[in-house]
Amino acid sequence: MANKLISEIPLPKSIANVFAARNISTAKDALSLTEFELMELLDVGLTEVRSALSQISEIVAPPYQTALSLMEQRFQNEHLGGHFPTGLKGLDSALCGGIPFGVLTELVGPAGIGKTQFCLKLSLLASLPTNYGGLDGRVIYIDVESKFSSRRLLEIGLRSFPEIFQMKEMAQEMAGRVFVLRPSSLSEFTQSLQQIKVSLLQNQVKMLVIDSMAALVSGEHEQGVHRQQTLSWHISFIKSLAEFSRIPVIVTNQVRSQSHDEASQYSFQE
Amino acid sequence: MEIWRLPVSASQRGKLISAGYTTLSSLSSISSSDLARELKVSESEALDILKVASHSHSGGSEMSSGNCSIFEGAQNAWDMLHEEESLVHITTSSADLDNILGGGIHCKEVTEIGGVPGIGKTQLGIQIAVNVQIPHDFGGLGGKAIYIDTEGSFMVERALQIAEACIEDMSEYNRFLRKDFQACEIRMQPKDILGNIFYFRICSYTEQIALINYLDKFISEHKDVKVVVVDSVTFHFRQDFDDMALRTRVLSGMALKLMKLAKKFSLAVVLLNQVTTKLSEGSFQLALALGDSWSHTCTNRIVLYWNGNERYAYIDKSPSLRSASAAYSVTPRGIRNSSSSCKRIKMM
Repeated sequence: MANKLISEIPLPKSIANVFAARNISTAKDALSLTEFELMELLDVGLTEVRSALSQISEIVAPPYQTALSLMEQRFQNEHLGGHFPTGLKGLDSALCGGIPFGVLTELVGPAGIGKTQFCLKLSLLASLPTNYGGLDGRVIYIDVESKFSSRRLLEIGLRSFPEIFQMKEMAQEMAGRVFVLRPSSLSEFTQSLQQIKVSLLQNQVKMLVIDSMAALVSGEHEQGVHRQQTLSWHISFIKSLAEFSRIPVIVTNQVRSQSHDEASQYSFQE
Repeated sequence: MEIWRLPVSASQRGKLISAGYTTLSSLSSISSSDLARELKVSESEALDILKVASHSHSGGSEMSSGNCSIFEGAQNAWDMLHEEESLVHITTSSADLDNILGGGIHCKEVTEIGGVPGIGKTQLGIQIAVNVQIPHDFGGLGGKAIYIDTEGSFMVERALQIAEACIEDMSEYNRFLRKDFQACEIRMQPKDILGNIFYFRICSYTEQIALINYLDKFISEHKDVKVVVVDSVTFHFRQDFDDMALRTRVLSGMALKLMKLAKKFSLAVVLLNQVTTKLSEGSFQLALALGDSWSHTCTNRIVLYWNGNERYAYIDKSPSLRSASAAYSVTPRGIRNSSSSCKRIKMM
């Protein structure tokens, strides 16, 4: 919506021409300037600038929804009420039903605590048909540290759902729904994301797992602020993928220790 | 030269100056046809210029208080006191927090609330969006809420939980106070509360600017909106901007519009902000994001922070409240007073 062309917005002819003459072609260009800057640039009066801006703003502003219609849309119409049950009763009740659709859920913990195992179990659950509590769809597993073990996945399946996994064709069908990607660099990861977007649009993918986010940047050279900025585009992109396709996205992260003296405080806390 | 201050276009200003009109008083006695002839513009354009000039000369056309005021458009402090006292505040559902806020979130003001992730900003935002709807009989505003979500953190299930708890609290209050009278049923349902929250999802800073511009028209059509919550105001401005000067200009323009909205419609504006670290006196300190120039634009500033394992709120900046801290907690029913069972779980 930000890149909406001024030419497509119904403005009075005179002002539309002036915008074009001054190279202000998208709504983003027009809205980034203050009223006085626009007056200066376009050489028109304040009232005209204000009315043009209010027309542009009205078109670019997103539509509203009441929280009630949001709830009805998600809770009442979506499969499983918008939450993916993990099977752990305590966790599911704390999460209002399970891992929520449409947002990123981060699994954080120290090494060895079971993050990858958790991801394997969830991937398996998601591939199962709906009468077994699954999402009956494909799962994309982005395995940055090469920790994915298909043998372990099938072992989990055999122990948890023997009635399905004892039959070789069924086991093949379920395991065949989990697609593992192993990007060796951040740029490869970026490319994979674009492909994932396409599969999401085709409605086949029901869950995305990224194991782990921290490992994606630890290989890159930049430090500190730049490291955050490197990933920020990716995180926004993944968030938007999750939101428009309304699927659960699981992301794992590592824990680093921080000594208490290092913890930052506000100026008024001293 | 006073002509510089007139909101007319650059070419009109140029013509006025070259024709010798440098002060507003010089324009006060000329007729529009003479001006049109001198500036070589059309008579309607000259009339517009004269209107703008006389408008600026008389100091604006805000509504005067009706009582004696020496300056047109000014209000004396005594009248303002009466107005300020009659404004209802929006409760946060935590009595301690309300106390340091002087009753709650103030209307006609912009309040900025900032804190680290996980401290409860969105929780407080949702609580305020629900509490603004408390009816007049229970000491609330009986208004509607606009929730502008820039990060996607609004959870409908949570809003429902908070709404249900709010109605239960009201029923209990009813039972407690009106035992002698006929029990008046609370006719509000949690679904009604959700229906009164207008939810906007913003995906870029352009949409954020456009929406804030559009809010004037929207609120004119929905006059019972009494709070606008922006969660969070920072998000889109931290990532995409390379031009810092542009960012500062855009942010100040936005802050000004929000302030105008607050004053015009007598509503409260609550802006949730994130936190960043800045190097100060050799060590890293936490500070609210968006920089120093942004910190001047809000009327009130509240910082939410961890003190040990408890959540605290601190009034960092306010024209009328003194700096104070209060503990609060996030419970399944929403924001409430702090109690010993609501502390942060220590990570192993």
